[in-house]
Amino acid sequence: MPPVQAIIAKELRSYFVSPIVYVVGAVFLLTFGFLAYLYIVFTGAQAIQLMQMQGSTAQINLNDLVFRNLFASMRFVLLLILPILTMRLLAEERKLRTFEFLMTAPVRINEIIVGKFISVYLVFVGMLLLTTLVPLTLALFSDFDWYPVLTGYLGLLLLGGFFLAVGLFASSITENQIVAAFTSFGLLLMCWLLAGLGSLLGDTPAGHVISYLSFMEHYDHLVRGLIDTKDLMYYLSGTVLMLFLAHRIVDASRWK
Amino acid sequence: MIEVCNITKRYGHLTAIDRVTFRVEKGEVLAFLGPNGAGKTTTMRILTSFIPATEGTAQVAGFDCAEQPEEVKKRIGYLPETPPVYQELTVAEYLSFVGKLRGLAGTGLTQALDRVIERLSLGSVRKRLIANLSRGYRQRVGLAQALIHDPPVLILDEPTVGLDPKQIIEIRELIKSLAGSHSVILSTHILPEATAVCQRVVIINGGRIVAEDTPDQLSARLRKSEKISVTLKAPPADVVERFSAVPGVEHVLATADPQTVLIECALGKDIREEVARFAVGQNWGLLEMKPVSMTLEDVFLKLTQREDEVPASNAIHVGERS
Repeated sequence: MPPVQAIIAKELRSYFVSPIVYVVGAVFLLTFGFLAYLYIVFTGAQAIQLMQMQGSTAQINLNDLVFRNLFASMRFVLLLILPILTMRLLAEERKLRTFEFLMTAPVRINEIIVGKFISVYLVFVGMLLLTTLVPLTLALFSDFDWYPVLTGYLGLLLLGGFFLAVGLFASSITENQIVAAFTSFGLLLMCWLLAGLGSLLGDTPAGHVISYLSFMEHYDHLVRGLIDTKDLMYYLSGTVLMLFLAHRIVDASRWK
Repeated sequence: MIEVCNITKRYGHLTAIDRVTFRVEKGEVLAFLGPNGAGKTTTMRILTSFIPATEGTAQVAGFDCAEQPEEVKKRIGYLPETPPVYQELTVAEYLSFVGKLRGLAGTGLTQALDRVIERLSLGSVRKRLIANLSRGYRQRVGLAQALIHDPPVLILDEPTVGLDPKQIIEIRELIKSLAGSHSVILSTHILPEATAVCQRVVIINGGRIVAEDTPDQLSARLRKSEKISVTLKAPPADVVERFSAVPGVEHVLATADPQTVLIECALGKDIREEVARFAVGQNWGLLEMKPVSMTLEDVFLKLTQREDEVPASNAIHVGERS
Protein backbone atom coordinates (compact mmCIF):
# COMPACT_ATOMS: atom_id res chain seq x y z
CA MET A 1 0.00 0.00 0.00
CA PRO A 2 2.21 2.86 -1.21
CA PRO A 3 -0.21 5.64 -0.08
CA VAL A 4 0.08 4.37 3.49
CA GLN A 5 3.86 4.57 3.28
CA ALA A 6 3.63 8.10 1.91
CA ILE A 7 1.32 9.11 4.75
CA ILE A 8 3.58 7.53 7.38
CA ALA A 9 6.63 9.28 5.97
CA LYS A 10 4.83 12.62 5.81
CA GLU A 11 3.44 12.32 9.35
CA LEU A 12 6.81 11.40 10.79
CA ARG A 13 8.33 14.36 9.02
CA SER A 14 5.61 16.63 10.43
CA TYR A 15 6.22 15.26 13.93
CA PHE A 16 9.93 15.81 13.85
CA VAL A 17 9.88 19.33 12.44
CA SER A 18 7.44 20.44 15.13
CA PRO A 19 8.56 20.79 18.72
CA ILE A 20 5.80 18.44 19.97
CA VAL A 21 7.79 15.22 19.67
CA TYR A 22 10.82 16.69 21.39
CA VAL A 23 8.84 18.13 24.28
CA VAL A 24 6.65 15.06 24.75
CA GLY A 25 9.64 12.75 24.34
CA ALA A 26 11.71 14.72 26.83
CA VAL A 27 8.93 14.75 29.42
CA PHE A 28 8.31 11.05 28.92
CA LEU A 29 11.96 10.06 29.21
CA LEU A 30 12.60 12.34 32.18
CA THR A 31 9.59 10.95 34.00
CA PHE A 32 10.60 7.40 33.22
CA GLY A 33 14.17 8.00 34.35
CA PHE A 34 13.19 9.89 37.44
CA LEU A 35 10.63 7.30 38.54
CA ALA A 36 13.17 4.54 37.93
CA TYR A 37 15.72 6.46 39.99
CA LEU A 38 13.25 6.91 42.87
CA TYR A 39 12.32 3.23 42.95
CA ILE A 40 15.94 2.14 42.76
CA VAL A 41 17.01 4.44 45.58
CA PHE A 42 14.03 3.32 47.63
CA THR A 43 14.96 -0.32 46.99
CA GLY A 44 18.54 0.43 48.00
CA ALA A 45 17.38 1.97 51.27
CA GLN A 46 15.28 -1.10 51.96
CA ALA A 47 18.23 -3.34 51.20
CA ILE A 48 20.41 -1.49 53.72
CA GLN A 49 17.68 -1.79 56.32
CA LEU A 50 17.35 -5.52 55.70
CA MET A 51 21.12 -5.95 55.88
CA GLN A 52 21.21 -4.30 59.28
CA MET A 53 18.25 -6.26 60.67
CA GLN A 54 18.75 -9.69 59.12
CA GLY A 55 22.23 -9.62 57.65
CA SER A 56 21.01 -10.64 54.20
CA THR A 57 19.28 -9.07 51.18
CA ALA A 58 17.86 -12.29 49.77
CA GLN A 59 14.30 -10.99 49.87
CA ILE A 60 15.07 -7.94 47.79
CA ASN A 61 13.66 -8.42 44.34
CA LEU A 62 14.24 -5.75 41.70
CA ASN A 63 11.37 -7.05 39.60
CA ASP A 64 8.87 -6.47 42.36
CA LEU A 65 10.34 -3.33 43.88
CA VAL A 66 11.49 -1.46 40.79
CA PHE A 67 9.92 -2.69 37.59
CA ARG A 68 6.44 -3.48 38.77
CA ASN A 69 6.15 -0.07 40.39
CA LEU A 70 7.74 1.64 37.45
CA PHE A 71 5.42 0.05 34.89
CA ALA A 72 2.41 0.69 37.11
CA SER A 73 3.29 4.39 37.30
CA MET A 74 3.96 4.63 33.59
CA ARG A 75 0.36 3.99 32.61
CA PHE A 76 -0.60 7.25 34.27
CA VAL A 77 2.26 9.03 32.50
CA LEU A 78 1.13 7.58 29.18
CA LEU A 79 -2.41 8.71 29.83
CA LEU A 80 -1.17 12.27 30.27
CA ILE A 81 1.31 12.27 27.43
CA LEU A 82 -0.04 10.28 24.52
CA PRO A 83 -3.14 12.45 23.88
CA ILE A 84 -0.73 15.32 23.20
CA LEU A 85 0.91 13.27 20.48
CA THR A 86 -2.36 12.28 18.83
CA MET A 87 -4.34 15.49 19.15
CA ARG A 88 -3.06 17.00 15.91
CA LEU A 89 -3.48 13.95 13.70
CA LEU A 90 -6.90 14.68 12.19
CA ALA A 91 -7.95 17.89 13.95
CA GLU A 92 -5.11 19.81 12.31
CA GLU A 93 -6.09 18.54 8.85
CA ARG A 94 -9.55 19.96 9.35
CA LYS A 95 -8.30 23.24 10.74
CA LEU A 96 -5.84 23.83 7.93
CA ARG A 97 -8.26 22.65 5.22
CA THR A 98 -5.98 19.88 4.08
CA PHE A 99 -8.68 17.41 5.07
CA GLU A 100 -10.56 18.09 1.84
CA PHE A 101 -7.37 17.47 -0.10
CA LEU A 102 -6.82 14.09 1.58
CA MET A 103 -10.43 13.12 0.99
CA THR A 104 -10.27 13.99 -2.70
CA ALA A 105 -6.95 12.23 -3.26
CA PRO A 106 -7.28 8.63 -4.47
CA VAL A 107 -6.64 7.30 -0.97
CA ARG A 108 -9.07 5.25 1.08
CA ILE A 109 -10.10 6.47 4.49
CA ASN A 110 -8.72 3.35 6.15
CA GLU A 111 -5.35 4.03 4.52
CA ILE A 112 -5.38 7.52 6.03
CA ILE A 113 -6.34 6.24 9.48
CA VAL A 114 -3.88 3.34 9.44
CA GLY A 115 -1.07 5.54 8.10
CA LYS A 116 -1.60 8.12 10.80
CA PHE A 117 -1.88 5.50 13.52
CA ILE A 118 1.29 3.71 12.45
CA SER A 119 3.24 6.96 12.31
CA VAL A 120 2.32 8.01 15.83
CA TYR A 121 2.86 4.45 17.03
CA LEU A 122 6.37 4.51 15.60
CA VAL A 123 7.08 7.72 17.50
CA PHE A 124 5.85 6.04 20.67
CA VAL A 125 7.92 2.89 20.06
CA GLY A 126 10.96 5.09 19.52
CA MET A 127 10.38 6.72 22.90
CA LEU A 128 9.97 3.33 24.55
CA LEU A 129 13.19 2.04 22.96
CA LEU A 130 15.09 4.88 24.58
CA THR A 131 13.72 3.87 27.99
CA THR A 132 15.33 0.44 27.65
CA LEU A 133 18.53 2.17 28.76
CA VAL A 134 17.16 1.89 32.30
CA PRO A 135 16.87 -1.94 32.50
CA LEU A 136 20.03 -2.33 30.40
CA THR A 137 22.08 -0.19 32.80
CA LEU A 138 20.50 -1.88 35.77
CA ALA A 139 21.42 -5.29 34.36
CA LEU A 140 25.10 -4.30 34.51
CA PHE A 141 25.00 -3.91 38.27
CA SER A 142 22.34 -6.28 39.46
CA ASP A 143 20.44 -9.43 38.87
CA PHE A 144 16.80 -9.58 37.89
CA ASP A 145 14.44 -11.64 35.87
CA TRP A 146 14.15 -10.28 32.32
CA TYR A 147 10.90 -12.08 31.54
CA PRO A 148 8.51 -9.86 33.53
CA VAL A 149 10.39 -6.79 32.28
CA LEU A 150 9.76 -7.85 28.70
CA THR A 151 6.09 -8.60 29.35
CA GLY A 152 5.92 -5.21 31.06
CA TYR A 153 7.21 -3.63 27.86
CA LEU A 154 4.69 -5.68 25.90
CA GLY A 155 2.06 -4.25 28.25
CA LEU A 156 3.27 -0.70 27.56
CA LEU A 157 3.24 -1.35 23.81
CA LEU A 158 -0.33 -2.67 23.92
CA LEU A 159 -1.59 -0.05 26.34
CA GLY A 160 0.11 2.70 24.34
CA GLY A 161 -1.48 1.44 21.12
CA PHE A 162 -4.89 1.54 22.74
CA PHE A 163 -4.32 5.06 24.13
CA LEU A 164 -3.12 6.29 20.75
CA ALA A 165 -6.17 4.81 19.02
CA VAL A 166 -8.44 6.55 21.53
CA GLY A 167 -6.50 9.76 20.86
CA LEU A 168 -6.83 9.37 17.09
CA PHE A 169 -10.56 8.85 17.50
CA ALA A 170 -10.80 11.98 19.67
CA SER A 171 -8.87 13.90 17.04
CA SER A 172 -11.33 12.82 14.36
CA ILE A 173 -14.34 14.44 16.00
CA THR A 174 -13.13 18.02 16.18
CA GLU A 175 -10.95 20.58 14.44
CA ASN A 176 -9.73 21.93 17.77
CA GLN A 177 -6.60 20.20 19.04
CA ILE A 178 -7.21 21.15 22.68
CA VAL A 179 -10.68 19.63 22.50
CA ALA A 180 -9.18 16.52 20.94
CA ALA A 181 -6.60 16.18 23.73
CA PHE A 182 -9.17 16.68 26.48
CA THR A 183 -11.61 14.27 24.89
CA SER A 184 -8.98 11.56 24.94
CA PHE A 185 -8.01 12.41 28.55
CA GLY A 186 -11.67 12.16 29.48
CA LEU A 187 -12.26 8.87 27.67
CA LEU A 188 -9.14 7.29 29.14
CA LEU A 189 -9.87 8.49 32.68
CA MET A 190 -13.41 7.12 32.46
CA CYS A 191 -12.01 3.85 31.24
CA TRP A 192 -9.60 3.86 34.18
CA LEU A 193 -12.31 4.64 36.71
CA LEU A 194 -14.30 1.68 35.45
CA ALA A 195 -11.81 -0.43 37.39
CA GLY A 196 -12.87 1.33 40.60
CA LEU A 197 -16.52 0.74 39.83
CA GLY A 198 -15.72 -2.88 39.04
CA SER A 199 -14.05 -3.51 42.37
CA LEU A 200 -16.89 -1.72 44.15
CA LEU A 201 -19.34 -4.18 42.62
CA GLY A 202 -16.98 -6.96 43.64
CA ASP A 203 -17.48 -10.57 42.74
CA THR A 204 -20.72 -10.15 40.79
CA PRO A 205 -21.24 -10.70 37.03
CA ALA A 206 -21.62 -6.94 36.53
CA GLY A 207 -18.45 -6.35 38.54
CA HIS A 208 -16.48 -8.79 36.38
CA VAL A 209 -17.74 -7.28 33.14
CA ILE A 210 -16.95 -3.75 34.23
CA SER A 211 -13.51 -4.66 35.52
CA TYR A 212 -12.83 -6.42 32.25
CA LEU A 213 -13.68 -3.26 30.32
CA SER A 214 -11.07 -1.20 32.15
CA PHE A 215 -7.49 -1.39 30.89
CA MET A 216 -6.11 -1.67 34.45
CA GLU A 217 -6.49 -5.35 35.21
CA HIS A 218 -5.14 -6.50 31.85
CA TYR A 219 -2.06 -4.36 32.20
CA ASP A 220 -1.42 -5.65 35.74
CA HIS A 221 -1.33 -9.21 34.45
CA LEU A 222 1.29 -8.34 31.86
CA VAL A 223 3.41 -6.39 34.34
CA ARG A 224 3.38 -9.42 36.62
CA GLY A 225 4.64 -11.54 33.76
CA LEU A 226 1.40 -13.25 32.81
CA ILE A 227 0.63 -13.38 29.13
CA ASP A 228 -3.02 -14.19 28.67
CA THR A 229 -4.71 -14.16 25.26
CA LYS A 230 -7.69 -12.52 26.93
CA ASP A 231 -5.57 -9.49 27.80
CA LEU A 232 -3.94 -9.34 24.38
CA MET A 233 -7.37 -9.52 22.77
CA TYR A 234 -8.62 -6.75 25.01
CA TYR A 235 -5.99 -4.29 23.82
CA LEU A 236 -5.99 -5.34 20.20
CA SER A 237 -9.77 -5.29 19.88
CA GLY A 238 -9.97 -1.98 21.78
CA THR A 239 -7.41 -0.45 19.43
CA VAL A 240 -9.16 -1.75 16.33
CA LEU A 241 -12.54 -0.57 17.65
CA MET A 242 -11.27 2.97 18.22
CA LEU A 243 -9.65 3.09 14.78
CA PHE A 244 -12.88 1.82 13.26
CA LEU A 245 -14.85 4.55 15.06
CA ALA A 246 -12.40 7.17 13.78
CA HIS A 247 -12.95 5.78 10.28
CA ARG A 248 -16.72 6.08 10.69
CA ILE A 249 -16.46 9.66 11.94
CA VAL A 250 -14.23 10.70 9.05
CA ASP A 251 -16.54 9.02 6.56
CA ALA A 252 -19.63 10.57 8.14
CA SER A 253 -18.14 14.06 8.04
CA ARG A 254 -18.70 13.99 4.27
CA TRP A 255 -22.42 13.60 4.76
CA LYS A 256 -23.14 16.36 7.19
CA MET B 1 -15.80 14.71 -19.88
CA ILE B 2 -17.92 16.04 -17.07
CA GLU B 3 -21.61 15.48 -17.00
CA VAL B 4 -23.80 16.84 -14.25
CA CYS B 5 -27.43 15.92 -14.35
CA ASN B 6 -30.00 17.48 -12.06
CA ILE B 7 -27.93 17.44 -8.91
CA THR B 8 -29.45 18.81 -5.75
CA LYS B 9 -27.71 19.14 -2.42
CA ARG B 10 -29.62 19.85 0.77
CA TYR B 11 -28.21 20.53 4.19
CA GLY B 12 -31.21 19.99 6.41
CA HIS B 13 -33.74 22.56 5.22
CA LEU B 14 -31.17 24.56 3.34
CA THR B 15 -30.90 23.80 -0.36
CA ALA B 16 -27.35 24.61 -1.41
CA ILE B 17 -27.82 23.69 -5.05
CA ASP B 18 -31.02 22.95 -6.84
CA ARG B 19 -31.25 20.74 -9.96
CA VAL B 20 -27.98 21.86 -11.48
CA THR B 21 -27.28 20.45 -14.94
CA PHE B 22 -24.35 21.17 -17.22
CA ARG B 23 -21.60 19.43 -19.14
CA VAL B 24 -18.01 20.10 -20.01
CA GLU B 25 -16.50 18.71 -23.18
CA LYS B 26 -12.97 17.39 -23.46
CA GLY B 27 -10.45 20.22 -23.59
CA GLU B 28 -12.97 22.88 -22.69
CA VAL B 29 -12.55 25.55 -20.04
CA LEU B 30 -15.77 26.37 -18.26
CA ALA B 31 -16.26 29.24 -15.86
CA PHE B 32 -18.55 28.76 -12.95
CA LEU B 33 -19.63 32.25 -12.15
CA GLY B 34 -21.70 33.34 -9.22
CA PRO B 35 -21.75 35.50 -6.14
CA ASN B 36 -20.42 34.13 -2.86
CA GLY B 37 -22.69 31.46 -1.46
CA ALA B 38 -24.24 30.62 -4.81
CA GLY B 39 -23.33 26.95 -4.59
CA LYS B 40 -20.11 26.91 -6.60
CA THR B 41 -18.02 25.17 -3.96
CA THR B 42 -20.78 22.68 -3.18
CA THR B 43 -20.99 21.69 -6.85
CA MET B 44 -17.23 21.28 -7.01
CA ARG B 45 -17.18 19.17 -3.89
CA ILE B 46 -19.75 16.85 -5.40
CA LEU B 47 -17.72 16.57 -8.59
CA THR B 48 -14.59 15.66 -6.64
CA SER B 49 -16.49 12.94 -4.74
CA PHE B 50 -15.84 14.76 -1.48
CA ILE B 51 -19.53 14.99 -0.63
CA PRO B 52 -22.42 13.08 -2.17
CA ALA B 53 -25.32 14.81 -3.89
CA THR B 54 -28.75 14.48 -2.31
CA GLU B 55 -30.29 13.85 -5.72
CA GLY B 56 -29.13 13.57 -9.29
CA THR B 57 -25.98 12.17 -10.83
CA ALA B 58 -22.58 13.59 -11.63
CA GLN B 59 -20.09 11.85 -13.89
CA VAL B 60 -16.44 12.53 -14.54
CA ALA B 61 -14.80 10.76 -17.49
CA GLY B 62 -17.67 8.30 -17.52
CA PHE B 63 -17.40 7.38 -13.83
CA ASP B 64 -20.11 8.18 -11.35
CA CYS B 65 -18.91 10.51 -8.58
CA ALA B 66 -20.96 8.75 -5.90
CA GLU B 67 -20.58 5.13 -7.05
CA GLN B 68 -16.95 5.04 -8.21
CA PRO B 69 -15.20 7.74 -6.20
CA GLU B 70 -11.78 6.11 -6.53
CA GLU B 71 -11.86 6.20 -10.32
CA VAL B 72 -13.11 9.78 -10.27
CA LYS B 73 -10.47 10.96 -7.79
CA LYS B 74 -7.69 9.47 -9.92
CA ARG B 75 -8.74 11.57 -12.90
CA ILE B 76 -9.23 14.88 -11.14
CA GLY B 77 -6.86 17.56 -10.02
CA TYR B 78 -8.56 19.73 -7.45
CA LEU B 79 -7.58 23.06 -6.00
CA PRO B 80 -9.92 23.95 -3.12
CA GLU B 81 -10.55 27.53 -2.10
CA THR B 82 -7.75 27.46 0.48
CA PRO B 83 -4.62 25.89 -0.98
CA PRO B 84 -4.30 22.56 0.87
CA VAL B 85 -0.65 22.81 1.86
CA TYR B 86 1.27 21.47 4.83
CA GLN B 87 3.21 24.36 6.26
CA GLU B 88 5.90 22.25 7.87
CA LEU B 89 7.03 20.71 4.59
CA THR B 90 9.17 22.21 1.85
CA VAL B 91 7.65 22.74 -1.59
CA ALA B 92 9.49 19.73 -3.03
CA GLU B 93 8.59 17.50 -0.06
CA TYR B 94 4.96 18.49 -0.26
CA LEU B 95 4.68 17.94 -4.00
CA SER B 96 6.42 14.60 -3.79
CA PHE B 97 4.01 13.57 -0.99
CA VAL B 98 1.08 14.48 -3.23
CA GLY B 99 2.68 12.61 -6.13
CA LYS B 100 3.07 9.48 -3.99
CA LEU B 101 -0.55 9.67 -2.87
CA ARG B 102 -1.39 9.89 -6.55
CA GLY B 103 0.50 6.67 -7.18
CA LEU B 104 3.60 8.17 -8.76
CA ALA B 105 7.00 6.70 -7.85
CA GLY B 106 10.61 6.58 -8.92
CA THR B 107 11.58 8.42 -12.09
CA GLY B 108 7.93 9.08 -12.94
CA LEU B 109 7.64 11.04 -9.72
CA THR B 110 10.88 12.97 -10.26
CA GLN B 111 9.86 13.91 -13.78
CA ALA B 112 6.37 14.99 -12.71
CA LEU B 113 7.89 17.05 -9.91
CA ASP B 114 10.32 18.81 -12.23
CA ARG B 115 7.57 19.42 -14.77
CA VAL B 116 5.15 21.15 -12.37
CA ILE B 117 7.91 23.06 -10.63
CA GLU B 118 8.99 24.45 -13.96
CA ARG B 119 5.49 25.07 -15.22
CA LEU B 120 4.56 27.11 -12.16
CA SER B 121 8.01 28.72 -11.80
CA LEU B 122 8.53 27.31 -8.34
CA GLY B 123 12.20 26.52 -8.90
CA SER B 124 13.45 29.32 -6.67
CA VAL B 125 11.36 28.19 -3.69
CA ARG B 126 11.74 24.46 -4.20
CA LYS B 127 13.57 23.90 -0.92
CA ARG B 128 11.73 26.53 1.12
CA LEU B 129 9.24 25.66 3.84
CA ILE B 130 5.70 26.38 2.71
CA ALA B 131 5.09 28.22 5.98
CA ASN B 132 7.52 30.91 4.79
CA LEU B 133 5.97 31.40 1.36
CA SER B 134 3.83 34.32 0.28
CA ARG B 135 0.17 33.88 -0.52
CA GLY B 136 0.86 33.94 -4.26
CA TYR B 137 3.44 31.19 -4.02
CA ARG B 138 1.18 29.07 -1.86
CA GLN B 139 -1.56 29.38 -4.43
CA ARG B 140 0.88 28.26 -7.09
CA VAL B 141 1.97 25.33 -4.94
CA GLY B 142 -1.73 24.48 -4.62
CA LEU B 143 -2.06 24.54 -8.40
CA ALA B 144 1.08 22.45 -8.79
CA GLN B 145 -0.51 19.93 -6.46
CA ALA B 146 -3.56 19.72 -8.71
CA LEU B 147 -1.43 19.29 -11.83
CA ILE B 148 1.25 16.88 -10.67
CA HIS B 149 -0.41 13.73 -11.99
CA ASP B 150 -1.44 15.46 -15.24
CA PRO B 151 -5.15 14.76 -14.75
CA PRO B 152 -7.60 14.99 -17.63
CA VAL B 153 -9.99 17.03 -15.47
CA LEU B 154 -9.09 20.05 -13.38
CA ILE B 155 -11.39 21.63 -10.85
CA LEU B 156 -10.17 24.96 -9.59
CA ASP B 157 -12.06 26.82 -6.88
CA GLU B 158 -11.27 30.51 -7.22
CA PRO B 159 -7.69 29.97 -8.37
CA THR B 160 -6.73 33.65 -8.55
CA VAL B 161 -8.12 34.82 -5.24
CA GLY B 162 -5.59 36.79 -3.20
CA LEU B 163 -3.03 37.14 -5.96
CA ASP B 164 -1.52 40.35 -7.26
CA PRO B 165 -2.36 41.45 -10.83
CA LYS B 166 0.83 40.09 -12.33
CA GLN B 167 0.31 36.70 -10.72
CA ILE B 168 -3.32 36.70 -11.81
CA ILE B 169 -2.24 37.15 -15.43
CA GLU B 170 0.29 34.34 -15.07
CA ILE B 171 -2.25 31.94 -13.62
CA ARG B 172 -4.77 32.84 -16.33
CA GLU B 173 -2.18 32.21 -19.01
CA LEU B 174 -1.45 28.87 -17.40
CA ILE B 175 -5.13 27.91 -17.35
CA LYS B 176 -5.49 28.97 -20.99
CA SER B 177 -2.53 26.79 -21.88
CA LEU B 178 -4.30 23.83 -20.27
CA ALA B 179 -7.29 24.16 -22.59
CA GLY B 180 -7.34 21.60 -25.34
CA SER B 181 -5.57 18.88 -23.41
CA HIS B 182 -7.49 19.24 -20.14
CA SER B 183 -11.09 19.88 -19.22
CA VAL B 184 -11.18 22.65 -16.69
CA ILE B 185 -13.90 23.95 -14.42
CA LEU B 186 -13.01 27.19 -12.78
CA SER B 187 -15.14 28.96 -10.25
CA THR B 188 -14.91 32.67 -9.82
CA HIS B 189 -16.86 35.70 -8.85
CA ILE B 190 -14.61 37.92 -10.91
CA LEU B 191 -16.16 38.54 -14.30
CA PRO B 192 -13.18 39.56 -16.41
CA GLU B 193 -11.63 36.28 -15.39
CA ALA B 194 -14.46 34.33 -16.95
CA THR B 195 -14.21 36.28 -20.21
CA ALA B 196 -10.43 36.13 -20.23
CA VAL B 197 -9.91 32.40 -19.92
CA CYS B 198 -13.13 30.53 -20.56
CA GLN B 199 -14.92 29.34 -23.63
CA ARG B 200 -18.16 28.93 -21.81
CA VAL B 201 -19.73 30.48 -18.75
CA VAL B 202 -22.27 28.99 -16.38
CA ILE B 203 -23.85 31.56 -14.13
CA ILE B 204 -25.16 30.18 -10.88
CA ASN B 205 -27.14 32.04 -8.27
CA GLY B 206 -29.00 30.85 -5.21
CA GLY B 207 -28.10 27.28 -6.11
CA ARG B 208 -29.64 27.41 -9.58
CA ILE B 209 -28.11 27.84 -12.98
CA VAL B 210 -29.46 31.08 -14.39
CA ALA B 211 -27.57 31.20 -17.67
CA GLU B 212 -25.12 29.19 -19.71
CA ASP B 213 -23.42 30.35 -22.89
CA THR B 214 -20.26 31.77 -24.39
CA PRO B 215 -19.26 35.14 -22.90
CA ASP B 216 -20.05 36.96 -26.18
CA GLN B 217 -23.46 35.45 -26.65
CA LEU B 218 -24.38 36.05 -23.06
CA SER B 219 -23.90 39.78 -23.44
CA ALA B 220 -25.60 39.80 -26.81
CA ARG B 221 -28.58 37.89 -25.49
CA LEU B 222 -29.14 40.38 -22.76
CA ARG B 223 -28.73 43.43 -24.87
CA LYS B 224 -32.34 43.79 -25.92
CA SER B 225 -31.85 47.40 -27.01
CA GLU B 226 -29.08 49.76 -28.05
CA LYS B 227 -28.23 52.34 -25.44
CA ILE B 228 -26.60 55.72 -25.81
CA SER B 229 -25.38 57.76 -22.90
CA VAL B 230 -25.70 61.52 -23.47
CA THR B 231 -24.09 64.14 -21.27
CA LEU B 232 -25.39 67.71 -21.52
CA LYS B 233 -24.03 70.93 -20.14
CA ALA B 234 -27.41 72.48 -19.31
CA PRO B 235 -30.22 69.97 -19.47
CA PRO B 236 -33.73 71.28 -18.75
CA ALA B 237 -35.71 69.73 -15.90
CA ASP B 238 -37.93 67.82 -18.31
CA VAL B 239 -35.04 66.46 -20.40
CA VAL B 240 -36.40 62.94 -20.18
CA GLU B 241 -39.78 63.83 -21.69
CA ARG B 242 -38.20 66.07 -24.34
CA PHE B 243 -35.86 63.34 -25.58
CA SER B 244 -38.71 60.85 -25.66
CA ALA B 245 -40.28 62.88 -28.44
CA VAL B 246 -37.33 62.27 -30.78
CA PRO B 247 -38.32 59.73 -33.45
CA GLY B 248 -36.79 56.29 -32.88
CA VAL B 249 -36.26 56.74 -29.15
CA GLU B 250 -37.97 54.07 -27.12
CA HIS B 251 -36.94 54.89 -23.56
CA VAL B 252 -35.11 57.62 -21.79
CA LEU B 253 -33.65 56.94 -18.40
CA ALA B 254 -32.30 59.39 -15.90
CA THR B 255 -29.06 58.32 -14.25
CA ALA B 256 -27.35 59.09 -10.99
CA ASP B 257 -25.65 62.05 -12.66
CA PRO B 258 -28.27 64.79 -13.40
CA GLN B 259 -26.39 65.87 -16.52
CA THR B 260 -26.42 62.43 -18.08
CA VAL B 261 -29.34 60.54 -19.55
CA LEU B 262 -29.54 57.14 -21.11
CA ILE B 263 -31.40 56.79 -24.37
CA GLU B 264 -32.60 53.45 -25.65
CA CYS B 265 -33.68 52.52 -29.16
CA ALA B 266 -34.54 49.30 -30.94
CA LEU B 267 -31.76 46.77 -31.42
CA GLY B 268 -29.77 47.34 -34.61
CA LYS B 269 -30.81 50.95 -35.11
CA ASP B 270 -28.49 53.91 -34.81
CA ILE B 271 -30.18 57.14 -33.73
CA ARG B 272 -27.07 59.01 -32.63
CA GLU B 273 -27.39 61.54 -35.46
CA GLU B 274 -30.99 62.40 -34.62
CA VAL B 275 -30.24 62.68 -30.93
CA ALA B 276 -27.22 64.90 -31.54
CA ARG B 277 -29.11 67.16 -33.95
CA PHE B 278 -31.96 67.50 -31.47
CA ALA B 279 -29.72 68.32 -28.50
CA VAL B 280 -27.73 70.87 -30.47
CA GLY B 281 -30.96 72.39 -31.85
CA GLN B 282 -32.24 72.85 -28.31
CA ASN B 283 -28.96 74.48 -27.32
CA TRP B 284 -28.41 72.19 -24.30
CA GLY B 285 -24.68 72.03 -24.75
CA LEU B 286 -23.91 68.51 -25.92
CA LEU B 287 -20.74 67.47 -24.08
CA GLU B 288 -20.52 63.79 -24.73
CA MET B 289 -22.35 60.99 -26.43
CA LYS B 290 -21.33 57.33 -26.43
CA PRO B 291 -22.91 53.96 -27.05
CA VAL B 292 -23.22 51.75 -23.98
CA SER B 293 -22.67 48.08 -24.52
CA MET B 294 -23.46 45.69 -21.79
CA THR B 295 -20.42 44.13 -20.23
CA LEU B 296 -20.52 40.65 -18.81
CA GLU B 297 -20.55 42.33 -15.45
CA ASP B 298 -23.92 43.86 -16.24
CA VAL B 299 -25.14 40.51 -17.49
CA PHE B 300 -24.01 38.97 -14.28
CA LEU B 301 -25.70 41.58 -12.12
CA LYS B 302 -28.84 41.41 -14.17
CA LEU B 303 -29.05 37.65 -14.00
CA THR B 304 -28.19 37.24 -10.38
CA GLN B 305 -30.39 39.97 -8.98
CA ARG B 306 -34.13 39.69 -8.96
CA GLU B 307 -35.98 42.14 -11.18
CA ASP B 308 -37.57 43.97 -8.29
CA GLU B 309 -34.19 44.62 -6.72
CA VAL B 310 -33.00 46.50 -9.78
CA PRO B 311 -34.98 49.66 -10.53
CA ALA B 312 -34.64 50.42 -14.22
CA SER B 313 -32.94 53.73 -13.66
CA ASN B 314 -30.24 52.15 -11.54
CA ALA B 315 -29.62 49.19 -13.75
CA ILE B 316 -26.67 50.85 -15.36
CA HIS B 317 -24.54 53.51 -13.77
CA VAL B 318 -22.89 55.12 -16.70
CA GLY B 319 -19.36 56.19 -16.09
CA GLU B 320 -18.68 53.94 -13.15
CA ARG B 321 -18.21 50.93 -15.27
CA SER B 322 -16.83 52.13 -18.57
